[in-house]
Amino acid sequence: MRTFSKLAFAAFLVGFAGPALAQTASSTSITIEQPWSRATPNGAKTGAVYMTIDNKSGTADKLTGASSDVADKLQIHEMKVENGVMQMREISGGLPIPAHGSVMLKPGSYHVMLIGLNKPLTAGESFPLKLTFAKAGTISVTVPVQTMGATQDKGNMGGMGNSNSSGGMGHMEMK
Amino acid sequence: MTRARQWMLTALAGFLGFAAVALCVVYAMSFRGAGHGVAAVAPIGGPFTLTDDTGATVTEKTLAGKAYAMYFGYTFCPDVCPTTLFDLSRWIKKLGPDADKLNYVFVTVDPARDTVQSMHAYLSSFDKHIRGYTGTPAEIAQIAKEYRVYYKKVPTDDGGYTMDHSAILYLMGPDNKFVTIIAYQEADVSAIAKLKNLAALTPTS
Repeated sequence: MRTFSKLAFAAFLVGFAGPALAQTASSTSITIEQPWSRATPNGAKTGAVYMTIDNKSGTADKLTGASSDVADKLQIHEMKVENGVMQMREISGGLPIPAHGSVMLKPGSYHVMLIGLNKPLTAGESFPLKLTFAKAGTISVTVPVQTMGATQDKGNMGGMGNSNSSGGMGHMEMK
Repeated sequence: MTRARQWMLTALAGFLGFAAVALCVVYAMSFRGAGHGVAAVAPIGGPFTLTDDTGATVTEKTLAGKAYAMYFGYTFCPDVCPTTLFDLSRWIKKLGPDADKLNYVFVTVDPARDTVQSMHAYLSSFDKHIRGYTGTPAEIAQIAKEYRVYYKKVPTDDGGYTMDHSAILYLMGPDNKFVTIIAYQEADVSAIAKLKNLAALTPTS
C-alpha cells in the first residue's frame, strides 16, 4: 500500500513535469521522455534515435519496432565497445521494458537505428517517429535533431527549450 | 649434497630469468632505436596501397614525413564513427597552428559500401584536414592486419549488415611507427595533449 502511494505520487510528479518534456500517449502506461537524434554527416545512410522509455505500469512491456518517414528501415540496436572494439547488434524479439522501470536509449548503448535515411538529419529540425510496444501499442513522438557532437546532456540543453534537468531526475526517482 | 644442488638450480633459474628479462629490455630498446619491425614487440603499422577520397592512390609513403592520426570505421556507422570524427574535428581546431603538422586519416572497414565518392561526401561534414581511404577488400584486409584492427561483418535479420570494428584512434610517427592511441571516449584534455605531442614529432621543414 505504501509502495503504491509512493509510486502514485511519483507518477503524479512525472505526470506534472511530463507535458514539458515527454510526448505521451496518455492512454498507455509507457512514456517516452526526451527523444532526440543527432545531425548526420553528408551522405550518411544511417542515424540513431535516443530516448528514455518509462514504464509506470506493473506489467513488463517490449519495444518491438519503430517507423518513420525519414528512413527506409528502423531497427532496435544495442551498441557497446568492449576491449576497444565497437559491436552493434540488432535486438531481435524486442527491447524489454521492465514493470515500474525505465530503459535509456543513449549513445554507446541502445538506440533506434535509422537505416536508409532519405535525407541528412539537420540540427534544429525534428521528425516524427512511431514506436510500437507489445502491450502499449503505438506511441508517436517528435524527435528533435541535435548537433552532431551532442551527447544526452548537451543535447537536451540545446533543442528542447521546455525541458529541464528536474525532468530527468524525476525519471531517476521512478527507477 | 642435495641441498647444494637445489641451491645451484635455484640460482641458475634466477640467473636465466634475469637474463631473459634483460634480453627483452635490450631487444625492446634496440627495436625503438633501429626500427626493423619484428613481431616480438608487436609493431603496429606497415606498408599499404589504398585510394583516398579524391581518387588518388596513397601508400604509407604518402603519410611518411608527418606524424598522423588514423581511425578505422565506416560511414554506415550511426554512433561511434561520426562521434569520433566530430571529436577529432574539435581537437584539430584546438591544435591551432599545430594542426597542419599532422595528417588525419579515416580508413573504411566497409569498402563494399564506402566508395571514393561516398567517403568524400561524408568527410565534407568534418574538419577539412581529415582524409578518407578506401580500397579493395584485400587492400583493406592488409592495412587492418598491419594496424591490428579487428573488423567483422555482422548480418542483420533484414539481409543488411553492420560492422564490428576497433574504435581506436592510432597515433603514428612521421616514420610510420606506432606512438600511442586515443581510446574511445577519451577526455578532451588527454586527447589534445597526445595530438600536440604527436605534432612535435613532425620535423619542421
